Amino acid sequence: MTQYDADEVPQQDLGSAAGAAGRSVPAAGTEAVAPAPVTPADAADAARLVAFGLQPKLVPARDAGYAELLRRHRDEPAFARLADAVAAGLGLIVLEVSTRAGMAVAAAEDSVFAVRMGDYARRASSDSADRFLHGLAHLAVAALAFPRPEDLADDGYIGRITVNGVDAFVRQACRRLEERAAQDGENSDPASDAPGLEAAWRIYARRSATGATKDARRLAGSTTGIIAKAVAFLVDSGFLQRTGDDAGGAYRTTARYQLQVRDMAGGAAMTELLELGVVPVADGSASLLPGEDTDALDLVADAGLPFHAP
Amino acid sequence: MTFPAPRAAAPQPAGPHRPAPGPAADEGLARRLRALACTAPLHDLDVRKANLAGEYGGYAMAEVALAVIDLVTLHMDFDTGADHDEIVARVLPRIAAQAPHRPSGEHERVARWVLENLVNVGSVDRGFRAVYGTFSTEGEYVRRDYDFKLIEEVPGAGGSVFLRATDEAVNVLVGALDTDVTSAQIAAEVKLEVLVDRGRLADAQLAAEQARYRTVQYAETLRRTLDATRRNVRAVDWLQTVPDMIAEALDHVADRYRHENAILTNIRKARDETEAADDKRGEHKRRAAELVDIVKDCIRRHTQLQSRLLEAGPLFRAEQDRQAFATPAARSGLDLYGQLVAPLLPLPVEQAIRVTDAFFARGTGLRTPTAVRVGDLVDVLLTPPLEREHLGAEMPEPDLVATPDDSRFSEEQLDAAMALLDLPADAPRRLSGLLADARRSDPELPYLVALLAVHAASPPVGTAYRQGEQQLLFAVDDGTELTDPEFGGADLIVGTALLDAAGMAADRSEVA
Repeated sequence: MTQYDADEVPQQDLGSAAGAAGRSVPAAGTEAVAPAPVTPADAADAARLVAFGLQPKLVPARDAGYAELLRRHRDEPAFARLADAVAAGLGLIVLEVSTRAGMAVAAAEDSVFAVRMGDYARRASSDSADRFLHGLAHLAVAALAFPRPEDLADDGYIGRITVNGVDAFVRQACRRLEERAAQDGENSDPASDAPGLEAAWRIYARRSATGATKDARRLAGSTTGIIAKAVAFLVDSGFLQRTGDDAGGAYRTTARYQLQVRDMAGGAAMTELLELGVVPVADGSASLLPGEDTDALDLVADAGLPFHAP
Repeated sequence: MTFPAPRAAAPQPAGPHRPAPGPAADEGLARRLRALACTAPLHDLDVRKANLAGEYGGYAMAEVALAVIDLVTLHMDFDTGADHDEIVARVLPRIAAQAPHRPSGEHERVARWVLENLVNVGSVDRGFRAVYGTFSTEGEYVRRDYDFKLIEEVPGAGGSVFLRATDEAVNVLVGALDTDVTSAQIAAEVKLEVLVDRGRLADAQLAAEQARYRTVQYAETLRRTLDATRRNVRAVDWLQTVPDMIAEALDHVADRYRHENAILTNIRKARDETEAADDKRGEHKRRAAELVDIVKDCIRRHTQLQSRLLEAGPLFRAEQDRQAFATPAARSGLDLYGQLVAPLLPLPVEQAIRVTDAFFARGTGLRTPTAVRVGDLVDVLLTPPLEREHLGAEMPEPDLVATPDDSRFSEEQLDAAMALLDLPADAPRRLSGLLADARRSDPELPYLVALLAVHAASPPVGTAYRQGEQQLLFAVDDGTELTDPEFGGADLIVGTALLDAAGMAADRSEVA
């Protein structure tokens, strides 16, 4: 930490922030190579890089200034630490800094940049079913975008989804659970005084897939409406790119989305699931297989669903 | 947040039951109007002869025109028609009889003028157009253009041009005179009536609709299979199920295509040749027209399916290359469906919500909070709203993604593999031996060798021929099973074939 000039950069804060970012480089190594003092201009550049990272739809290839700052981040360890420290101080977690993903940052839980469910969908804060459906929509979009474990791990993979496809995929999974429940002869109707104990799949199966509206827009409370909202939100986050209007809207994933799902969301959701005492076992093979006959299922038109759960 | 309006629903597989065409009487009226239009060019000749420079008043142009059409019709068989000079020569006696005292050069000019006007040489498409009106099914009055030709020029053998009387000319202008054509028309009417009375038309329609439904099903299955293949090649059985399905679908297309083209030809003839004289026949005509529409749609769909079927194989091979030969992931991935979605759904919602909340909190990205200054707010509120210009939606900037260099193998590895596969022409080797050799030098090399060997199973002979290669790598399957820890399949015999470069060069120069 000695290379920072105490007059220009608050040394104490920087040290702890860089430590929090988990990216601090041993000071001795950089000292030997480049003991150049950090100037306010450097700090401004580092903050500018983080600001670029906060504009997730910005592609480094299209902005020479962004690309130049990324190059500095790669080549100058001192600058990299400075930028990481700025990010950490703002409550951001640096996922990756590269030319393909840019400065990929994610909001820490208590950061001002974090998205809160209440701001995302007003009904979700009061209605737990809506809250669940909005969360599930995001999870399902990720699951269909990266169907195989390899796809999530492969940096070059680009996933493709459609809104109707995601709906059909969850609906089919629910349908299979319903069939299983019927086979076991259990009554899956929830007790009326304990709605929280209703099985999750029933919430989804109960909700209509679509509905007519006065102005021909998608019904916001329908499952396709909820998924379309999630997808549109992910587009604004720079996680998806719209590729067409097929089947309710077709999208492809970006490198940032893969990073976010792989390094942040997937693990967090997994941890919660494990805390609930559910230990999913996977042998690493694909768990999504081509769908069987979907005629009986009244899916949305052009759902184009290729999968069912085995 | 706004969502795009839902698009028009996809065509229903069961077939569009379009509204019935207008009343039979109106249909008949339109038909007669069209027939009437066909005679107009003939009357026009007599009107316009006054405009010609010279004494042409003595000629009955409509009579000459009818004679010309008769001659063309009589000279026409299925392959060729009559030629200009022949018609002119044959019609000359009649013209000469009309005005015996005029010079014979004028007779010929008249004959050519009539013929050219029947072809309507002056117009771009060498045809006539009449406008008539009908009531649509919604009761709206619609003006329609009726384009027709009386005599058309068709290319004959050796670049010559022949004349043929069109169906319109034959039906309207010859039909009244020529008993053969009339009897063919009556025959068509009878034929259609029999078809309807015996329920054959309904049967044909049902069969066509069912075939169309089947085609839609095939297309849907195929699309689903290809989607699954794009995600995971192994999820789809490309060894048995899919090739069988494709072969079956292709048979179906070929069968129906033959069948429906036959229906189309027959029924179209019946539709066009039947006069909607009374309600019963009008109904027959309507049914026939409906069937033609259905069959046309069927054929369109069959053709579509066929082209998709032909693309399926290449897509599978491309995905196979991409997925099977991709570098195995270094880290173990999280199976989002198997490990998250599937275990989550059966949970009680109050537990499941904890998982989805955790995913939502970290999987949605970030939003930069907006900070509002009171000063800006005042300005914003006081600014008059901008007039929206009608320039249409803003074009989004395309997001260009730089293609990464994703070559799996390095140049050195390729060189090593090529050196390994540089076999003498008289000593082919087994793939298993080659793989073992490759593995000794580089654990990655067997993949490249296997890939090259598989490609050699279908060697690019045509390319080698064009480029005058001396030799060509080939691979043959003799049924021996490959025993290898990493690969399965046939133990190919890989060898080098010597090509007759000099002979090929000679062939090429001959062709050139």
